[in-house]
Amino acid sequence: MSFTFTPERRAKLDALVTRYPKKQAALLPALRLAEEQAGCIDFDAMEHIAEILDVSPAKVLGVFTFYTHYRRPGTGKFLVQVCATLPCALRGAESVFDRLASELGIGQDETTKDGMFTLKKVECLASCGSAVCVQVNDDYYENITADKVPDLIRQLKEKK
Amino acid sequence: MSLPAYEPVLLKYANQRGMHTLEAYLAHGGYGAAKKALTTMKPAEVIQAVKDSGLRGRGGAGFPCGMKWSFVPPPDRVPGPRYLCVNADESEPGTFKDRYIMEGDPHELLEGIIIACYAIGANTAYIYIRGELVLAAKILEKAVEEAYRHGALGPNALGSGFRVDCTVHRGAGAYICGEETGLLSSLEGGRGYPRIKPPFPAVVGAFGHPTIINNVETIANVPHIIERGAAWFKSVGPSDDPGPKIYCISGHVKKPGYYEGPMGITIRSLIHDYAGGMMDERPLKAIIAGGSSCPWIAPDKIDTPLGFESLKKVKTMFGSAGTIILNDSVCVVDAMWNILRFYAHESCGQCTPCREGTGWLAQIFERIEKGGGREDDIATILDVCDNMRGKTICVLSDAAAWPVQSILDVKNYPDAAIFRPEVEAHIREKKCPMGKHAPAFKEAVRQHGRISPRLVV
Repeated sequence: MSFTFTPERRAKLDALVTRYPKKQAALLPALRLAEEQAGCIDFDAMEHIAEILDVSPAKVLGVFTFYTHYRRPGTGKFLVQVCATLPCALRGAESVFDRLASELGIGQDETTKDGMFTLKKVECLASCGSAVCVQVNDDYYENITADKVPDLIRQLKEKK
Repeated sequence: MSLPAYEPVLLKYANQRGMHTLEAYLAHGGYGAAKKALTTMKPAEVIQAVKDSGLRGRGGAGFPCGMKWSFVPPPDRVPGPRYLCVNADESEPGTFKDRYIMEGDPHELLEGIIIACYAIGANTAYIYIRGELVLAAKILEKAVEEAYRHGALGPNALGSGFRVDCTVHRGAGAYICGEETGLLSSLEGGRGYPRIKPPFPAVVGAFGHPTIINNVETIANVPHIIERGAAWFKSVGPSDDPGPKIYCISGHVKKPGYYEGPMGITIRSLIHDYAGGMMDERPLKAIIAGGSSCPWIAPDKIDTPLGFESLKKVKTMFGSAGTIILNDSVCVVDAMWNILRFYAHESCGQCTPCREGTGWLAQIFERIEKGGGREDDIATILDVCDNMRGKTICVLSDAAAWPVQSILDVKNYPDAAIFRPEVEAHIREKKCPMGKHAPAFKEAVRQHGRISPRLVV
């Protein structure tokens, strides 16, 4: 399967490149555009980006793997990320994670069979004042307790 | 007790719904300060005003902002472009203030950017925002668009003839990109590796050109200094460490959250007047005053004012104002293990002392917590910490060692005397005395040869 940016996204990227004195600086935003288009970033997308930005595919892979927030292939439709760092841990992050794991029937970094949910413990999401914070795709769900987990999952399922 | 009389400055509009639009911003006099600076003041006068105000960086180090700006070399010495990078990579555990400025009042930040760009002679600004903050990035991007349309950004900013371009640049989940040189590496499209200083970014920064990197809250203060004057700024809070401040408080309090007040409110006031007191009325056990990398302090320091100088006196730091409150239900070893796991996860891996040290510390604390403590562990830990401090390119390594030393190194941190006995008890009793984790060490060793290697996360 090969990857090519849609004309709109390609235009967006070309415009972005002009914002920086060096083409290569648009690498992080380019990865975002690929993620937005395909739902995740695979080798084909990386090669495509490398070609556009005049860097080696290895360079793109090196950058991609440094950052944890880009979606890898095989990620479920809803990427559920539970903050497990101290401020959230103090407010029960562990029990929220455990409840999510048992309700979804998956563990850390696993995806449900139907490809709907991927569960992850992550580090600080900068929402310590509304702990426990759970990020699902782009959205923050704050002040989550173990009791609120079934409701959260139901909400997500309805979203489809 | 009651709150001191104080009218919010930074969050005055951010806390009201729907005030993030250009229309709302203009309606209350927005971009007036930038217009004043760009059309009636010289860049040197702007820098002098910020210097006179005593504004110190709100991102962690507390470096005087005006002085930082004055480090940009004059064009005859170093020609070429200058850049402003706004550090919106807010990732220090316990800190969550910048997000609310960006979501609630993005034009306040943009106005500060325009003024700062003018002061340092930069025509281009980048806002480096952490990847997780999708909503804030969207709001900012919209605000940038509005500002261009209004003519606040662009080739002729506010009719001054000065060009200011601004781009929102999203990161992708790396704590290290909050370190200023790591941020630059990431901005240039690379792995977020910090660089050796000197040269400092003010001389050799983004794309090899002079660059100033400021925190969001620092920049958001600038329009107010221009508008109301340095004397006003100095009158807010203690005069040696002044200004409006957004405090973040999390952990075991009734109302965790972000609160704006003058610099220098006490920890007691933050807990009781702002955050509603201790959760479940349980007693205080430890205070992490400025974010997870700060040395811990004991409950008897509760009347210390929150400020860069005052906290230095009690051997900790104000950092990025992320106060984390721990009550007596917390196991010191368990909490420290959590902090160390974070640093081990976020170490960029360039420097051996940090890459290995953070992982070792996390593993030793895990082992102690799970009942596998050894007599010489504390000595080993302190030895590792000693080898991590001041020996790496950036301070992530130090940031991981500080809290650990603050609970064990009695010689340098008096409050360690309060926390160390609990660690010793773990080792002596070969279990967590508070029962946080059932002893798993022997069993785990029998099954796997060793306990969980690098991290759970």
